[in-house]
Order: sequence, then C-alpha cells, then structure tokens
Amino acid sequence: MRRRIFASFLVLATLLIGILTPSFASGSSSKDIEIPGGPFSSTDDTPVNIDARIYIPEITPAPAIILAHGFGGSKEGLSERASQLQEAGYVVLTYSARGFGKTIAPISMNSPQYEIADAKSLVDYLATRSEVQKDAADDPRVGIAGGSYGGALALLLSGYDNRVDALASDITWNNLETALFSQYANNNTVGVFKKMWTGYFFSVGMATPPNQVSPCGRFSLEWCLAYQEAMNNESLSELAQLLMRNSSPTSITSKINIPSLIMVGQADSLFDFQQAFDTATEIKTSNPDTPLKLIWHAGGHDGGRNETDKVNAITLNWFDTYLKETATASLGMEVSRVQGAIVGGSSNITIDVLASDELPKFNTLEKVALKGETQSIVAPVGGEPANISVVPGLGSATALLGQTYPNQGAFFSTKEIGSKQDVIGASKVTIEIASDRPLESAVLFASLRIIREGGRSVFPNGLVSPIRIVNVSSTPQQVEITLPAIVAELNAGDKLQLVITTTDIAYKLPAETAIYQVSVVNNELLLPKTSFTLLTTQTPAGVWLLGAVVITVLLLLFVMLKKPRKSKDFFREDLAEVPVRIENLSKEFKGGVRAVNDVTWDVPAGFVIGLLGPNGAGKTTTMRMVMGLIQPTEGEVYVFGHRIHSGSAALSNIGALVEGAGFLPHLSGRENLELFWKASGRSGDPKIEDVLEIADLGTATKRKVRTYSQGMRQRLGIAQAMLGMPKLLILDEPTNGLDPPQIREMREVMSNYAATGRTVIVSSHMLSEVEQTCSHVIVMHRGQLVTMGRVDELLQGKSNMRLEDFFLDVVGEDLTIGKG
Amino acid sequence: MSTTYSARKTLPYQVELIRQIKRRRTLVSFALMIALPLIVVAAVKFGPSSSSGGDAGGNFGSGSANLIGLATNGGFNFTIVMLLFGSGFLLTTVFALFSGDSVASEASWSTLRYLLASPVPRRRLLMIKLMVSLTLSLASLFTLVLASYVIGIVAFGNAPLQSPLGGTYEGVDAWYRLAIITFYIGITLLFTSGIAFLMSVRTDVPLGAVGTAVLIVIISQILDAIEALGSIRDWLPSHYARAWTNALEPVIEWTAMGRGAAYSLVFFAIFIAWAVLKFDRKDILS
Repeated sequence: MRRRIFASFLVLATLLIGILTPSFASGSSSKDIEIPGGPFSSTDDTPVNIDARIYIPEITPAPAIILAHGFGGSKEGLSERASQLQEAGYVVLTYSARGFGKTIAPISMNSPQYEIADAKSLVDYLATRSEVQKDAADDPRVGIAGGSYGGALALLLSGYDNRVDALASDITWNNLETALFSQYANNNTVGVFKKMWTGYFFSVGMATPPNQVSPCGRFSLEWCLAYQEAMNNESLSELAQLLMRNSSPTSITSKINIPSLIMVGQADSLFDFQQAFDTATEIKTSNPDTPLKLIWHAGGHDGGRNETDKVNAITLNWFDTYLKETATASLGMEVSRVQGAIVGGSSNITIDVLASDELPKFNTLEKVALKGETQSIVAPVGGEPANISVVPGLGSATALLGQTYPNQGAFFSTKEIGSKQDVIGASKVTIEIASDRPLESAVLFASLRIIREGGRSVFPNGLVSPIRIVNVSSTPQQVEITLPAIVAELNAGDKLQLVITTTDIAYKLPAETAIYQVSVVNNELLLPKTSFTLLTTQTPAGVWLLGAVVITVLLLLFVMLKKPRKSKDFFREDLAEVPVRIENLSKEFKGGVRAVNDVTWDVPAGFVIGLLGPNGAGKTTTMRMVMGLIQPTEGEVYVFGHRIHSGSAALSNIGALVEGAGFLPHLSGRENLELFWKASGRSGDPKIEDVLEIADLGTATKRKVRTYSQGMRQRLGIAQAMLGMPKLLILDEPTNGLDPPQIREMREVMSNYAATGRTVIVSSHMLSEVEQTCSHVIVMHRGQLVTMGRVDELLQGKSNMRLEDFFLDVVGEDLTIGKG
Repeated sequence: MSTTYSARKTLPYQVELIRQIKRRRTLVSFALMIALPLIVVAAVKFGPSSSSGGDAGGNFGSGSANLIGLATNGGFNFTIVMLLFGSGFLLTTVFALFSGDSVASEASWSTLRYLLASPVPRRRLLMIKLMVSLTLSLASLFTLVLASYVIGIVAFGNAPLQSPLGGTYEGVDAWYRLAIITFYIGITLLFTSGIAFLMSVRTDVPLGAVGTAVLIVIISQILDAIEALGSIRDWLPSHYARAWTNALEPVIEWTAMGRGAAYSLVFFAIFIAWAVLKFDRKDILS
C-alpha cells in the first residue's frame, strides 16, 4: 500500500517537473551572435555591432520572430519568452537595442536612421539563414513582437520594411509628443508635460561607466537636448518636435499593411488607450483589408493585473495564424474586465473577456446628468502639494494614492445608476472655467471615479486626463474634455463622479497660484456606449461541483470494492465448541521480523489456560491476532468455529485485557464501562454492578480515570473485559500493579469464571502465579510453540519440580523472563 | 449465548458524541469561538482609536476593499470580519484538531484496540468518528458565527450587512449571504479535515496528526502566495479559501466558490478513501 502511494507520488512529481522545466529538445539550439547594424551616430558611419541571439527550433526551415525589448531591458530578459517561441517552432532572434546590453551606441528613441536601420539589418541577417523560411530571396518569413520601446520599434519597422509579415505591439506610443505632452482638452494647445515618467525613463538611459559621466548619459545629443528643453520649458522646439514625430509610429501607420496585433493596458498612465486606439484606427483607415486586432488588457506600465500569459498566448496565436497559417485568430477588439477586489488581504479577482468583431469607434455617447454647483478650486503656489494618482514605476496600488488635497478638487456626481452597465472607453464632459485673474494658461486634471453603493470610491487605475487651457480670465470659457478611457462595471446603486483637480504629482505644474471657478455645462456627462459580448472563459460553478460529485462517487465505489478479501465469514462445525483454535499461524512484521512462526494450538472450554513465554515469544502478537487486531501473514484463528477477521461477529464472545487497560481519561470509571458496553453492539445484561464489585474500586468509580493508579486501571480493565460475561476471557498480565491480596482475589475470580463453563486465557510472566491458577499451559518461545498441556501432566514424574524449573528446562538458557 | 451482537449497534453516533463532547479540548475549542469576538470587541472598544480615513477614498479600481473597517457597522458586518479573522488559522486549527485527534487519541489511550476487538467494524468506526468530528467542527464554526452575531449586535447594534464591494443587504438577504459564506467556509475547511483524518489513522500521536494537517494547509497557503508560480496556484485548494468574499458582491459570482468547493470536496473524498483503505489493513499495535 505504502509503496503504491509512494509510486503514485513519484508519477505526480515527475509530471509536475515535466511541466515546470522547459524541455531542452535535442534538435533545437541557441547561439549568441553579432550583427552589423545601422550607422553609429550622425558623425560616425561605422555600423553598430548588435549583440543578438538566435534560437533555432527543432524543425527548420521555420518562420522567424524578432523580439524587441522594452526601455532599459536587453536581450537577456527575453530568453524565456524566446525559448517558448522556439518550442512553438519559430526561429527567434533577440537582440539588445543600441544603448542597452552589450550593443554600444547612442540611444535615439527608435529613430528611423538608427534603431530602425538596426532592425532592418536583423531582417537582412535572417534572410541569410538557411533555417529561416523564405517568401522570396532576401525576404524571410518574419514577424516582430515587442512591448513599450520594443512595441514602437515593431510598428515602425513594419512601416519601414515591407519584408515583415506580421506584427505584435504591446503598451507603446502612437505619437510620442502627445504621449508625453498630454492634452485632453479639445484645443490645439501643447499638452501638460509628463515629467515623472519622462524623467524616469531618461534616468534609465543615463547610466554610464563612472569615468564617462555625462549629462546626456547614453542618449544621443539631439535627444538629450530635446529632453532638457522639455524639462526646462513647457514647449518644444521644432527640431525636437521633428525628432519625436520621426520616432512615432503615427508617421508611418499608413504604410502598415500586415496583420497587426495592437495591445494596450488599462493600468497605463504613460501610453494610454488613446495611443493604441489611434494606431489601430490609422492602420485600419489606410489599409482597410489589413487583419487587425486590438487587445485592451488589464496590465500596463502601472502594473495593474498581470496578464502576461494571456498576452503571450494571443501573440503566439497571431503568428501561428499569419506566419505559419496553422491557426485562426479572431479579429476586432477584446477587452479584459476585472471584477472583484482584494478583500482582507486576499484577492478574489476574476477577469472576463469582452469581445467585438469590429474595431469599435467609441463615438456613440449617452447623456447622464451630473449634479454639482460651480466650485472654486485653488492651484497651490509652486504646484505643491500635488495630488498623487499614479507614481510612475510604482503603479497605482498604494491605498494612500487618490486622495485630493483640500480645495484642490471640484466634485460632480451622477445619480445612482438604475441597472448594471459597463463603461468601456472614454467619457466626455464640457466644463466652464474662469479664474480670479487673467492667466496665460491653466492646468487642470480631470478624472472619472465610481462611488460604489455604500460610499467606497473607486479610482479606475488612477488615470487622469491632464488639460491645458490658454487665456483664462474671469470671463468663463467652455472646454470639452475627454476623460480617461476606463473599463468598469457599474452595478445598480453606484454613482459616477467627475473630479477636477489642480495638481498631479506626475506632471509639470505651473508655479503660479490661481483660483478657478469650475462648473459643468448643461450638467451633462457623456458616457461611451459600446456593444461588446462576453466571452465566457470560465467553467461554471455547477460543472466543477458535478465533477467533484462524480469523482467522489467513483472513489466510494473503489473503496467498496477494495474491502479486504478475508473479511468473509467462515464457520467450521467441528470447532464449534472450541473456544480458540489457531492453525499454522504466522506473523511477519515489516523488516522481516517473524514474531509468530507456524503456531498451532487450541484450548479446551471451561478452564483457565496459561500462556507462557519470555518477552518476544510472540504471546501478545498471537493474542492480538486472536482479537482480529493484527492480520496473520499465514494461518487462521477460529473462535468457537468462526474464522476470525477484523471485526468478525465472533469477537463479541471475547472479553480482553491486552497490554494494559485503555480508558477515556476524562470520564469516570463507571461512565467508561457504560459507554464501552454501549459501543460494543451487544445487547443483554452487562452486569456492570457485578464487575465493578470485582474491580473493587469503591467510590472511585465516580472519579475520572485520569486520577487512577495503575492498579486501579488494571482492575477496571479486568472488569471491562468481563462486561457481559463473555464466553472467552483473554487476560494479558492481569496481575500487573495489583497487591498480593488482590492477586489472590483475582485468582479466585478467574477460577470461578472458568467454573461456569467459560474459558480464561491468562498470560503472565509470574510462573508461580500461573501454576496456582491455570490447569493448562501453552509455552511459546521465539514465536514458536514449545509445549502445551495440563500442568499436572507436564510436571508428572518430575518430583518436586515446579513450573519454573520446567520452563527453564524447555526454553533453555536464553530467556529473559522475570522471576516471581 | 446470554448476549447477542449486532455490528450495526456498535459505537452508535450518540455514544461517540458523548465520548468526545466531554473532552477538555472540545470545550476549549468552543470557548475560543466565543472568546475571539469578545476579544476583538474589547480591542475595538478600549483600544486606541484609529483615525478614520478621508472621504475622498483611497481605493482604486480593483484595489483593496476595506472589509475590516466595516466591522463596527453592526452584527452582520462584525460576523463577516470574525469569519475573515477566524477562517485563516483558528478554524483551520480547530477543524484539524477535531479530525486529526479522533482516531489517534483512541490509539494513544489504548482504547482503540478494545473498540475494534469488541468488535466495532473498522469502517464503521471510521465513519462514526468522521461524522462526530465533522459535527464538532461544523458546530464550532456555527458557534463562531452565532456568537459573533450576538456579540456584534450587543456591541455595535443591529444594522444591515454593508458590503465593501458596494451593496447593502437587509434581513433575509443578509442571512442568505451569511449562510452562503458560512457553508462555503465549512466546505473549504473539509480539505483540512480530510488530511487531518488521514494523518489520524496513520499515527498514534494525536498532536502529530493535527500538526501535520495544519502544516500542509500552511504550506499550501504559502505556495498560493508565491506569484511566480502563476497559474499552478489555481489548482491549490487554498487558492479559493477567500472566494467567499464573492458572496458579498451585489450579484454573487459563483465560479470561484464552485471551483473551491469542488477541490475541497474532491480532496476530502480522496483523503477519506485513503484513510479507509489504510485502516482496513492496518495492524493495530497501539
């Protein structure tokens, strides 16, 4: 049994290890390589040495996938993902972009002359590899995938190099300028600078060896200057604008006509949904026949919910569909809807997927009334203290975030929602704003929050829409604002709340103080109306429970069938009058110890029989086998003709005391006997009073057994064995702990018991004791029967010999028996 | 024969219940169930008052919902929070205690051999023992719920159940949700009971069985906390230990609870079947 369980554990463990460790297929391999790329810089034409690694799958030629890493990463971080794709049958090329890993060159933020030129030379390289499937000479079958910095590269390369056959781009920008200078007011003013995110990324590109410290780090001079300009002023020079435009996929989306998988996260305050949506819309508009899918998952630069596994699976499916043509990807748009919350430190979050066959336009809006008077809010001097919605690099998970400093926020709220509905996409609102004095420009932040029934405020992913309005004065002016795009499920009783604040820590704020009057035009909020359908990905609760019931029933059947074989009753007529007969009885314990070896004996009815033998003779093991507690390895036990097995009914004819008494310590002696009798399944008179008298415990029968001495327990044990006056009494060392008068008394009790035609088997190491009590003895030694018979017959002809001498005679030297 | 024997009459349920119910550990367990809410009430009433959070709300879309903050809302909320506190370790230990102790303690008192030789059929002994230990386990859970509710009402008054996820439930609806939560917790704890019972059959040391069961549950909880294990965690039974918070949502989300209950039941059935097969063939040497 144990071995079988162990074996099943082994199988399970092997399976688990098989799942957990990536298998190293014999035919597949990977190798570090250097590929000459684009020019080093504007002043140096030497090609960059691109540090790359190629993964060859088992079966070649195969389509290739180029994996591009995020800002601050390198090819090393992509090894796990690359191995997965290699396993899936792709040649995979990972590389470190210039300025990262071991590829030494200035960072130019995916500039067409540099990073994109590098990526083109990777395609050139793949065309030279025989393992890569070709569409034409010099045109490998290749897809490109990347996230963030790598995602923009994937888009740009797909626009610049028509040899690329499919792309997957995650959490990246469409337009770097609008991503970093965000403007959600419907005017053409330069947006509000995302200084924390930009600074964070710039710092990542700053690290250089200590002897080469420079204010520009590893950045190219142009980008360094553009960054300093943005940090110092609130606008960009034309040159900087041009740089950003060249590095923005929007400049080339019209040329992208390959299957495009565009992904964006809901928890992304850096590159928000609008960026990805613009990319998707631009591709779709320029090339309407291009297969396109937009995924709005729950992750993003701020963390959110990790959906990496899902994103990877969708990406693989995309390449399988368009590079290998072995799968069929669905098109349109998919949105993850996160439900549930972290309650009591434990999350019960479920993510549903909502899908639409078409790319929605998000231009159908539904009017909802907003309540709230004109409110005055203060822009604090120096922009401090600033509200915290999201801390770049740390995400939005901290509970401290999302609070609004006094007088910095104007709040407008809807009525309670009547029925469940989804809000997917960006809402719009038109506000009226005036200031206490004329201002060149005002910066505000708008967000949409959900007030759950009961008052809990939910700030979806901490997203805010920064707005800049120029020429603000005491004369109110109207501004249409696009609120952050969110995915949220509203329940009946929830309210929506529009919050307009003057500060946000992640943005560059005006230093001047001001007071604004803010109100909502027409008291109207416009919610996006979309028609997504729920893709049920989860097995319903009932299916799980049904499965559980089926497994349980099968287990039950299995257990019923596995009932021990020997449990069948068997009766031998010829032994019906024999209290105990054992035949060829053997017991071998684990480790090969043979406690009882081929023993055969029987006892006559109506006598007191002594079972003798030194320690380890196998007496107790034999008695336990007689009681059905131990399964014999070989042989049988019959009690009044009934073959004994565990739980056989014939055992009800035996009363026993083996290796000490056993009682519930928390109950009294009497309660113990009463409950034992009730548990024994026997009916009739237990004769409790009689046996208690024999036990001679007096008033102690009312005390808890815990308080008893060993002798008292022993007497109560004998009393318990005698309950109901069974036809066979088995007593193992009954006189342990008894004093001489009690021993004498007990001797009498046993004789009287046998005199009623019942049988008593006594094992004892006190030989004189046995001699005085028993009419018959059975002598065992080392698991074997030595001799048996009537005491007087055994001692016949051996004048003056006592049982002890006889015993020494038959057992020999090596006994450890105690002397009475 | 002066007496007649019937296997069906051996170790009746009531007899086993009496044998167990008078034990100190039973009384202590039930006392703990009443003490926990009392201690928490005392801590809330006499402890240093914590500053109440601002009204602007500090919770994001799927961030943490403050369930504990609602404890003083009324009897229902207090009960839910007590279940939150209790279901992690206290109830696990109590369930492990009642099941892990059941057979092993008989072995340690030497009473097991007398019961089996009397004879109580082995499978019958296990089933009665299991029924009684589950009775006591579930009774302790119900005691915690009822004591918390009564103590909550006395301390904080009667108020509708306020869900941190939005929604207020009154009367029958509140009881309905409380009942779902209580039963779900009861079912998830069967996992613990199952292991403890198996261990109880395998060892003669009661505390060894209880400790092993608690240890396995804790290991399962630790594994569940390791995010790097990814979707493997979805297959751990303890992954769904807190799925009952879904019953606080306006529209109850059953999937996680269904899965959690199914795992717990299957593991329970496996452990019990294992225990039965093990006990069938075990040589009673205690």
